[in-house]
Amino acid sequence: MSLDDMTPAMRPDALVQPDRVKTPMYEDPALFDEEMKKIFGKSWVWVGHESEVPDKGSFKLSWVGTQPVIVSRDRKLGLHVLVNRCRHRSATVCEVKKGKTSSFQCPYHGWGYGLDGSLRAIPYAEGYAADFDKSQHGLVRLRVETFEGMIFATFDQDAEPLVDFLGNAKPWIKLFMKQGAGFGVKVLGEHQFKVPMNWKIQLENTTDAYHFPIVHKSFLQSLDGEANESFSFMDDDDGWVEDLGNGHSVMVMMPEQIDLDVDDGQPLPERFNDLAETLRADYDEAQVRRIVRAVAGCGFNLNLFPNAACSLSFFRILRPVSVHETEIRHIAIGMDGGPVAANQMRMRLHEHFQGPMGFGSPDDAEVWERVQRGSAGDERIDVMVNRGLGLEETSENGLPKGDISAETGMRAAYAQWKKVMEQ
Amino acid sequence: MTSVTTAEVAEFLWYEADLLDTKGYDEWLGLWAEGGHYVIPVDKTGDDFANMLNIAYDDAEMRKMRVDRLQAGFSISAAPPAESVRTLSRFRITQADETGLTVTAAQHVIEDKFGRQRMFAMNVTWVLDTTDGFKIRDKVIRLLNSDGMLTSISYLF
Repeated sequence: MSLDDMTPAMRPDALVQPDRVKTPMYEDPALFDEEMKKIFGKSWVWVGHESEVPDKGSFKLSWVGTQPVIVSRDRKLGLHVLVNRCRHRSATVCEVKKGKTSSFQCPYHGWGYGLDGSLRAIPYAEGYAADFDKSQHGLVRLRVETFEGMIFATFDQDAEPLVDFLGNAKPWIKLFMKQGAGFGVKVLGEHQFKVPMNWKIQLENTTDAYHFPIVHKSFLQSLDGEANESFSFMDDDDGWVEDLGNGHSVMVMMPEQIDLDVDDGQPLPERFNDLAETLRADYDEAQVRRIVRAVAGCGFNLNLFPNAACSLSFFRILRPVSVHETEIRHIAIGMDGGPVAANQMRMRLHEHFQGPMGFGSPDDAEVWERVQRGSAGDERIDVMVNRGLGLEETSENGLPKGDISAETGMRAAYAQWKKVMEQ
Repeated sequence: MTSVTTAEVAEFLWYEADLLDTKGYDEWLGLWAEGGHYVIPVDKTGDDFANMLNIAYDDAEMRKMRVDRLQAGFSISAAPPAESVRTLSRFRITQADETGLTVTAAQHVIEDKFGRQRMFAMNVTWVLDTTDGFKIRDKVIRLLNSDGMLTSISYLF
């Protein structure tokens, strides 16, 4: 659909206004199809972390929007993102979620592909004329670039370099990766759950501090006083949300935990006493502090348009399935080769809040489903994202910066949505 | 207790199942022996749970906290919770000695909320203490789609 074909009410600039978005943003299947073409069919999309494909021949299945892809590493350790679709009659060539292999073979007629997607072998090749060119029938390759271990892919061969797209988000990504405490960051496992909601309801939520004390009251009640205090950002006045450009934004909840290399010298939280004691057997006190502070995680949520977030201490990845269905992965990360006790604690903290049975995520899922159910009511009512408008300052990047509960991050994402959808 | 029949074990586990469907969580906590874990792994083939990411990995303290959360009325997903009906079958005692036994079973749970129903299938393994009636030492729930795309769950399996 070109812009000219759209009714005025369905044009991007009508759907996204400075202080609100229109109900079809959550409800219209045709708009969803447009998003898959113009956003997920063109933008840089997060597909994995390098630690998930560590070796020659490692692969994992992933998605770019609604399209199945394979992330693979060839014998020279090069990364590839391939559309998981045989070039002959379209069967998937891999249905194993992750592992190691030397090739991908279509189960239908046996076409064999290399780790880089090139077509290697065709059974009974004599059935094709001499001008059949195998080099033109490899698995479709996306463009792949990485930043700080995160793998992104795009269908747009002419897209701007990933580093340009990440732009002002780059320093925040580097800060986030300090959770490796010098060991490097490694994926430890993941929780996966789907929610009957439009994908943008999740996109909004990553920089929504406003809901936290309401939706997550039962999580907060399960914490000790000290830990509870660290989540008191709605009552403090030192947090903020800022637009980072290109749809990205950051919400800083715990400013004292922005840069883990800056040790504030404060006593380590009591809940980490046992861990610290265990670590003291193998590490000096400075290193113990560095590891324990890394286990506690970063103090911010970084939202990367359109599908990824570096959220306190994990990767949050969303995948649009249909206008009313979204899959979410909460990927736990830890220290690659780091102390066992530290990674165990990372996983226990992740289990406490995240995933299908965490003390936080089910309550998020419930309210997101309620948003979707409610948006079926009178479509003339708009979805308001105006909190903090008129109260914002300008950041060092020359972009809007609001208080911790401002909906600045949502407005940043929707501005990018509009820009991309208008192209 | 020296010898225990499958029927006696099934009766105890059906009692537990009934407590969980009717949200009798305080009484359920009382079925547990000291220590032990309530575990729902992501990787259903593994058993080194401490070194794996799990969907739930609850010692006694976490079980108590989880029950408190489900009952306090502040969790929107659990106030009200989905209603559930579960069926427990295919009991098999795989190991037994003077103090305890290991039993496995198949379980199906159907939940209802918002006018939609969701279904879960799982293999469950209990390690039961049999020295004075039955007490649960460990319970491991291996969902058929544990490493697949789940939905949020605001009750207990």
